[in-house]
Amino acid sequence: MAASPEQPLHLVADDSDRVPASAAAAASAPDEPSVLDDPLRVDAWGRSEAVRALARTLYDPVYRHWLRAEWEGLEHVPLEGGALLVGNHGGAIPSDAPVVMHGIETELLRPVYGLAENLFRQLPVVGTLWSRAGGVPAHPDNAYRLLHDDEQLVLVFPEGTKATGKLVRDRYQLRRFGRGGFVEIAMRAGVPIVPLAIVGNEEAMPILWKSPRIAKLLGLPYFPITANQFVFGPVLGYLVPLPAKFRIRVLAPITFDVEPGLPRYNRGMVMEQAERIRALIQAEVDDLLRNRRSVWRG
Amino acid sequence: MRVLVTGLGTFWGSRIAQALERRPEVDLIVGVDTHEPRLPLTRTEFVRADASYAILRRMVRATQVDTVLHTHLVIDSTRAAGRRLHEVNVIGTMNLLAAAAAEGSAVRKIVLKTSTLVYGSNFDDPYFFREDARRTHAPSTPIERSLLEVDTLVGDFAEDHPEVAVTSLRFANVLGDDVSTVFSRMLRMPVVPEVFGYDPRLQFVHEDDVTRALAHATTAELRGTFNVAGPGTITWGEACRAVARRRLAMPPVFTGVARVPLRLLRVIDIPPEVLSLLRYGRGVDTTAFADAGFEYRYTTPATVDAFARACRLERVVGTPPAYEYERDVEDFFRNSRAVVRPEV
Repeated sequence: MAASPEQPLHLVADDSDRVPASAAAAASAPDEPSVLDDPLRVDAWGRSEAVRALARTLYDPVYRHWLRAEWEGLEHVPLEGGALLVGNHGGAIPSDAPVVMHGIETELLRPVYGLAENLFRQLPVVGTLWSRAGGVPAHPDNAYRLLHDDEQLVLVFPEGTKATGKLVRDRYQLRRFGRGGFVEIAMRAGVPIVPLAIVGNEEAMPILWKSPRIAKLLGLPYFPITANQFVFGPVLGYLVPLPAKFRIRVLAPITFDVEPGLPRYNRGMVMEQAERIRALIQAEVDDLLRNRRSVWRG
Repeated sequence: MRVLVTGLGTFWGSRIAQALERRPEVDLIVGVDTHEPRLPLTRTEFVRADASYAILRRMVRATQVDTVLHTHLVIDSTRAAGRRLHEVNVIGTMNLLAAAAAEGSAVRKIVLKTSTLVYGSNFDDPYFFREDARRTHAPSTPIERSLLEVDTLVGDFAEDHPEVAVTSLRFANVLGDDVSTVFSRMLRMPVVPEVFGYDPRLQFVHEDDVTRALAHATTAELRGTFNVAGPGTITWGEACRAVARRRLAMPPVFTGVARVPLRLLRVIDIPPEVLSLLRYGRGVDTTAFADAGFEYRYTTPATVDAFARACRLERVVGTPPAYEYERDVEDFFRNSRAVVRPEV
């Protein structure tokens, strides 16, 4: 997949414009191989456009023909400037993050950085690939810098592992939206929150049973037995999603009437806003479920 | 301006003294160290001292210096370890601060050259540490512990002595034509070590920017702690490709064991704090020092690029012989009536 002009390869470090042009020119004289010409150039967040392009090529059939993702209200995602995409999470190994990232990157040609638990960063190979594919550890400083300084799209699932560790009978019952940290970051960075209501993610990999004891032993947040394992086997059952029809509804952006850049915001107000956004997404998820005739055909 | 440079016998001490000699506002430069200067200096006075700088109090009073440049801290743990590391970093800094605060001292400014090692390197770190960021894990290596102790000493001193402007510069890993660091040694190897499955984001600062940053902190009106690193990041794999070197993977488990034969066979000594960098990397926020008026000449990618060019030249022509300090020769050039000096 060729990179479009709207989707630069991040050839130059993001804050390199502070460097005098003469020095930058002197450091990369013409006709010389330069590190910046590296086709595998990785940006300051560890994301590689080359790896993303490959991932999109490989994932496209899954997105289009297996999960058959459909979007509503995609025009609510801003085409420029920072914005925090906030969605409901679900499925043992959730497919919602790759679907949202793939969808926005192919439809709007904007990179999406996915904030996630840094569980994988300690694993060799996996951690590196996760980072190259646009994963960023969910640290408030990272979120703020991505949104405010770099004006990027950032995807976050505030429920975290509380949502992905749900049993199948609890599907689509949104958990607490953390401590509202995502609201505070959006306020500080002065960017809108774009809520996403997602259905399909829960049925793509439902958890039938889980073992807290094994989870504790392995140091994992949960250890699930998924429905997929009865279809695809014990190992592939953790990797291949069931062909649940994905529907993603983008809601109107929410902006906050507060001064950006403050070190701290009123906790009560932050919690209230976080709960409001959770309720909003829950209502839209319920609406999508009401109109869904079949889990598989949508 | 009268300047005292600690660690004159180190690469950085000699470099900064050389840079200050060119500045007309600097009237006097005195340097102390256990070693002789590494570079030819024209007007810097050299005094030999012991590692912990017990002599400093007398010197500060006798020379009436107003600025102290502390470049003596050991930040490469392959150069000094254990007792000596503690002696140089912690005791040396304590003696220096005591000398600066003593009666009869004219010191109004202290510039400290330290390292971004104080932030550590771990899997749950933020990608860009700001100066006020806290470590995510307690320090596990002696070098990090000693630099953090120095940080506390200097912070307390700045609080107790508001009349003295204290500036700490935390430098990222340095690359350049001449300096030898763990990273430059690794990138000069025929095959460059890496940890299997990891390709961390790193930052480098060019040796010329290090000297310029120290000079800027010495002459400009600023105080506080600043990160100094070339803007942007580069991954270890990109850096290795830039110097056209293959990589050799060390195992991701028991990596600390794998470094032992490398050290014993004198292939390379990779200290534990560098091993964790090869795993998780580190980035720092560089805006504060830029806002304080410093202009970087090299971004992180440009630093690696410049280093790669220097390596190519070096592979063809080799390294020039090092300068050797000879007291008689220096005395001749400085004091002999035979030497014709331009009028000042």
